[in-house]
Amino acid sequence: MDFELSEEQVLLKDSIDRFVKDNYSSEDRIKLSQTDLGFSRDHWKTMAELGWLGMAFSEEVGGFGGGAVETMIMMESMGRGLVLEPFVSTVLLGGALIAEAGNEAQIEAIIPELIEGNLMLSFGYAEAQSRFNLNDVETTASKSGDGYVLNGTKAVVYHGGTADKIVISARTSGASRDADGISLFVVDTDAAGVDIRSYATVDGQRAADVRLENVTVPTTALLGAEGKAGPVIEKIIDRATGALCAEAVGAMTAANEITNEYIKTRKQFGTAIGKFQVLQHRMVDMYMEAEQSKSMSDMVAMKLDLGYEDDTRKAVSAAKAQVGKAAKFVGQQSIQLHGGMGMTDEYSIGHYFKRLTTIEMLFGNTDFHLNRFSNLS
Amino acid sequence: MDLSFTNEEVAFKSEVREFIENNLPADVKDRYSRGIHFTKEGQERWQKILNSKGWLAPNWPGEYGGTGWTATQKYIFAQEMGRASAPPPMPFGVSMVGPVIYTFGNQEQKDYYLPRILQSEDWWCQGYSEPGSGSDLASLKTKAVRDGDDYIVNGQKIWTSHAQHANLIFCLVRTDQDVKAQEGISFLLIDMDSPGITLKPIIGLDTEHTLNEVFFDDVRVPVKNRIGEENKGWTYAKFLLGNERTSIARIAQSKLRCEHLREVASAERVDGGLLQDDADFMRKLNQIEVDLMALEYTELRMLSKIEHGETLTAEPSLLKIKGSEIQQRLTELLVESLGMYGAAYEALEVREGRNDQNFAPDYAHGPMAEHLYLRAATIYGGSNEIQRNIISKMVLGL
Repeated sequence: MDFELSEEQVLLKDSIDRFVKDNYSSEDRIKLSQTDLGFSRDHWKTMAELGWLGMAFSEEVGGFGGGAVETMIMMESMGRGLVLEPFVSTVLLGGALIAEAGNEAQIEAIIPELIEGNLMLSFGYAEAQSRFNLNDVETTASKSGDGYVLNGTKAVVYHGGTADKIVISARTSGASRDADGISLFVVDTDAAGVDIRSYATVDGQRAADVRLENVTVPTTALLGAEGKAGPVIEKIIDRATGALCAEAVGAMTAANEITNEYIKTRKQFGTAIGKFQVLQHRMVDMYMEAEQSKSMSDMVAMKLDLGYEDDTRKAVSAAKAQVGKAAKFVGQQSIQLHGGMGMTDEYSIGHYFKRLTTIEMLFGNTDFHLNRFSNLS
Repeated sequence: MDLSFTNEEVAFKSEVREFIENNLPADVKDRYSRGIHFTKEGQERWQKILNSKGWLAPNWPGEYGGTGWTATQKYIFAQEMGRASAPPPMPFGVSMVGPVIYTFGNQEQKDYYLPRILQSEDWWCQGYSEPGSGSDLASLKTKAVRDGDDYIVNGQKIWTSHAQHANLIFCLVRTDQDVKAQEGISFLLIDMDSPGITLKPIIGLDTEHTLNEVFFDDVRVPVKNRIGEENKGWTYAKFLLGNERTSIARIAQSKLRCEHLREVASAERVDGGLLQDDADFMRKLNQIEVDLMALEYTELRMLSKIEHGETLTAEPSLLKIKGSEIQQRLTELLVESLGMYGAAYEALEVREGRNDQNFAPDYAHGPMAEHLYLRAATIYGGSNEIQRNIISKMVLGL
């Protein structure tokens, strides 16, 4: 049992910390998030050159063989700077699905390009009625000639507007909410019948609603066995949830540091407000929530590297439930402790609050994961 | 980073589990699992069994009778003890004064006191709090004045747990009035049979006698019973408090309480069904389980730091705060699980003296006793508010 990083892992962490320090000042990030794209293609190139896009892939598919722990390290550091590039969408969702379920030809065609930084992906799984239930899929795919015809609407697809290809979950058999009968398709975003409506999300990122109207895809677009994608989706979303917990830890740690610094300098009644015990104790509670989240995030990363069992699923939900609760508390109290300054959009703390707010919802909110934790016992 | 146990650690776990299963007396286990107070005889019997195996004081250095275990082994041992409802040794000797003696005591003190702790020959109690000195411990007034080879001690201690069983008390006393409060304190080991000591029981919320007042009236204490230097007692006192905090998170025991709650919820009937089908109730339990898991991995993360040679600062305070809050929430929920039988309560002696027990399920006996007693968990060992002050100062620099 060991929670310490290896030398190589420390180097990885240092390099991302440096990238964040050099490129993600609060002003830089605000500017970047206000561009049409919402992130920087130059940064994406840098991330490819430094090997980060290939870190999470196994050597068999051309990656660098890092595990969930390496992903955790990267995500925590990126969380500190609220990095905007579509790392989760491209690498941890789209790319991971292809590496997990794809055949040789599909992997060959996509993963090396992705690792090089030439191809961006996204994952459309949620629908308006599905909330967080991954099996609630009403989008359909019907067999037709040499391929499938897809119909349906995917909701809040992060980075759907900038992706070259979107992995879409669709029902090939069974009733809506059946675990069985869900399939995955790799759909080109410029295919006929694909209608992508991109918009901003509150955390400074971009998402899209994706409507598929009689979109024809060849059988080679099918990822894995027909109707058997349910467990694959659950596994990849669980792994991404673990990574999201790490991002939250980074964001909470930074928010706490900023807030702690603020209450040390802000003066009222002739003294730094950090001298008031009521604020000290609040700050301690924020610190403890972040620390406990860090413990859960580390635990989940290590567990994911040991395999994917029932107790791994339970651990992911426990971690997300802790992180969701902590993200809300730390985010909201950071604003409270900043007083009026916390309400201004040009100051950094609000952006941490907004990202932490969306992290609480992403891949299932706190209630959802507490219930899942319970049902898995 | 690696979460797995080595083969040796897995084997060690089986060894510990087997030993406890074969050796923990049933009556000791029953009292502890219910959350009711031990008997001195039972506690002593169990401590002697542990000591015969060499496992009474895993945290002590090997030369004084410790086990030489790694932090992971200590964690496994604590988990197995908790899992089996095996009470840990009384903390006052093993976890509190023992480490002070082997860290700051002289050779003669080590040679005399340490073996007696291991063999359960001495029962210690803790003379820290005073009527006017609770959270502000350094303001203590109990006075020790030199008279030849003795100190003459006058004053009063309060909230002294289990002092009625103790033959020795470690005491913070004021030896210099004219300096800053922290700089005039000394650490004395005092025989409870000394002339001039009187004990007065305090009956607690649970209508049991665990707490006491201890009065010192011209009590003669040999100077050789002082630990370390005169007026340096505050250093030793703080060292002791740091050790105390880590031992009161009681994570393994809380895990067992969670399991017990699930059992009760599968037995208690409500609205024609079972309590375990009540979503509101189960949600509270699940939230506690998640919180407990977060605490457990926080403790493991700290142990990992220790194994890598890092020194902890205020992390034990986090364990104390979160551990004690969870203990309280668990016993509160346990009482809640009993419905109106939560209200039935009599002190142990009264209950055991009856021939006509009520018709409540067996598990209904115990939770309220523990619920009442554990209200102290967020107060003792430095209140949780004081722990927050410590983190605020040491970690956040506020």
